[in-house]
Amino acid sequence: MTTRWTRKDLLGLRELSADEINFILDTADAFKQVGTREIKKVPSLRGKTLVNFFVEPSTRTRTSFELAALRLSADVINISATISSLTKGETLKDTARNLEALHADIFVLRHGSAGAPQFLANRLKASVINAGDGAHEHPTQALLDLYTIREKRRQIAGLHVAIVGDILFSRVARSNIFGLLKLGARVTLVGPSTLVPREFEKLGVEISHKIDEVLPKADVVNLLRIQHERQRREYFPGIGEYIRFFGLTKERAKLLKADCLIMHPGPINRGVEIDSEVADGLHSVILNQVTNGLAVRMAVLYLCGGISA
Amino acid sequence: MNTTIIRNGRVIDPANKRDEIADLCIVKGRIAEKSDVRDPNSDVEEIDAKGLIVAPGLIDMHVHLREPGFSHKETIESGARAAAAGGFTTIICMPNTSPVPDNSSTIAWIKDRAARVACVNVLPAGAISKNLAGEELAPIGSLATAGVVAITDDGHCIQNHEIMRRAVEYARMVGVPVLDHCQDYSLVGNGVVHEGYWSTLLGLPGWPAAGEEAIVMRNILLAELCDHPIHCQHLTTTGSVRLLREARARGVKISGEVCPHHIALTDEAIQNFDTNYKMNPPLRSQTDVDALLDGIADGTLSILCSDHAPHAEFEKEVEFDVAPFGIIGLETELGLFIDLLLHKHAKIDIVRLIEMCTIEPARLLKLDAGTLSPGARADVTLIDPALKWTVSVDQFQSASRNSPFNGWKLKGRAVRTIVGGKTVWKL
Repeated sequence: MTTRWTRKDLLGLRELSADEINFILDTADAFKQVGTREIKKVPSLRGKTLVNFFVEPSTRTRTSFELAALRLSADVINISATISSLTKGETLKDTARNLEALHADIFVLRHGSAGAPQFLANRLKASVINAGDGAHEHPTQALLDLYTIREKRRQIAGLHVAIVGDILFSRVARSNIFGLLKLGARVTLVGPSTLVPREFEKLGVEISHKIDEVLPKADVVNLLRIQHERQRREYFPGIGEYIRFFGLTKERAKLLKADCLIMHPGPINRGVEIDSEVADGLHSVILNQVTNGLAVRMAVLYLCGGISA
Repeated sequence: MNTTIIRNGRVIDPANKRDEIADLCIVKGRIAEKSDVRDPNSDVEEIDAKGLIVAPGLIDMHVHLREPGFSHKETIESGARAAAAGGFTTIICMPNTSPVPDNSSTIAWIKDRAARVACVNVLPAGAISKNLAGEELAPIGSLATAGVVAITDDGHCIQNHEIMRRAVEYARMVGVPVLDHCQDYSLVGNGVVHEGYWSTLLGLPGWPAAGEEAIVMRNILLAELCDHPIHCQHLTTTGSVRLLREARARGVKISGEVCPHHIALTDEAIQNFDTNYKMNPPLRSQTDVDALLDGIADGTLSILCSDHAPHAEFEKEVEFDVAPFGIIGLETELGLFIDLLLHKHAKIDIVRLIEMCTIEPARLLKLDAGTLSPGARADVTLIDPALKWTVSVDQFQSASRNSPFNGWKLKGRAVRTIVGGKTVWKL
């Protein structure tokens, strides 16, 4: 392995090379072992302070980052929007500079605005890890998806991955598209035309509005969470119609290849984008994703934290 | 000093179809015939304009001066200085201030303030609707009496077509043109960048071209229905140009303007989330830029302006989707237009460019400005169309610095600005 990691920040997968992505995944391999030991802790980030800065609510991503940092022996503080000064009108920049003045080394940022992590990264000496910014990128989610596919199928190049659901508003979809294409996968986006606009074809993916035609050909089906219809009222007629045309029902699951992987970034709407039986079925690697997320996030914190030092 | 003679410049006065190497005389603040300069006792100032263009003072009909209410961004005084430094002798200030000039007394305040502190002519535009809310008409007649040169809810767009129709009809009675920021709120939603490849890639909310075109279409229909001029501000899309071209060919009283940034940049510029590329309407695609250039070339788009929109650094230095829209433009406008329209794309000649910055807006707004006719107020801009310079925001007269053009190398700029016979700015 000749790749060396040179970035203090992880902002998205679009800016990474295939070598860099593979380097993170290889590093995660080493950390995955740590999780199976009796002593689940390594001293890599001892003495470092990590701030979990979640301006948009999240439980699983925040917890995963927190646990990853603790296993690397970092000190962790969690700040959410409701307790931050942002609610008092302080700007993101001022809040971050105040936190940096406390000598935080790594910021993990979840934010509702696309580009917010880059905004901070350009202004801070500390590392900035994007834990999801608006509809832009969610790089560690895509990395753990890639890791899980690689773990199960050994290599990603040549696989056909279907991403199903609300693509337009999904940062998970974008990061997956960038990462999968860089690693040589074929990507088909599936969903209603309002949530999968044609413009996406320019990114190098295929688009289908007929899930039954895609499922038999897919090696991986990554299902995205469908927001409650109230929030997306004008984008599709209703949950019933969504399920009818795009839900991964038990019946549709019969179309899947025997070795097809079913993935979901969570939290799952059982009975909406995926039937309960399918989520818990043989194809599902949804819980593997969660476990792998920890290893991938340890790798990212370890690599970026080592640069900002 | 009563008399000034600007010698040996290329005098271009499109209103009078004049383009010749000549001397231009100014006596007592007015353009004069050469024969008027007789008095041997008079103290004559001589300006050597060899190699320069001597143009009527330029007019920018789309400027935000932020006063009253937001003087941390710009004041009437600093905005006027920025105008002078950009070669503009007359600017029209937009009504999105606090308070909104939807009443005579705020107009009177702006005019009084401008008379005392502004080094160029500052002419206010009044609001169409009370508080720019798009619901009830402002007292348009009283605003006209108070001296507004146009009405607009700029920055806002009246969504209710009936209210817009009545505003245009009423404006016809009092003789003021209506300017409109064309944005259909339901189509645009919370869009912040052009809906297209880059909005898709970056996950930023898209502002579709149809959101502008729907209102341009509406305005064409109402201009025709009411037989009164509606001017579409800062147009940006291929469809807007096509609609306007067709309507103008039929004689509809509709016009459109273009800002430098919409032809200098495309939406590709937003990829680093730099908020100095965030403006409303947003930067569009290359196809749209090409359509705007063609629209300028064939006269469909008849007026050039800046949409000078100052914001403080702390306001712009925030997350992209929450940052305020707009960039400053007065001090880069002429340089960009000359550089892009004359040198780079060769779409129009200098005569037409000057026409689009002088007599075109003057005719629309019925201003006593924009020509070098004898007797006219001596507002004159000296332009060096070949001067190479580098934009430096640190040297701006504006109180704000929010320009994406810092560091750009341009060819062509104003070198002296004369208002009422007096030099108010000189390179």
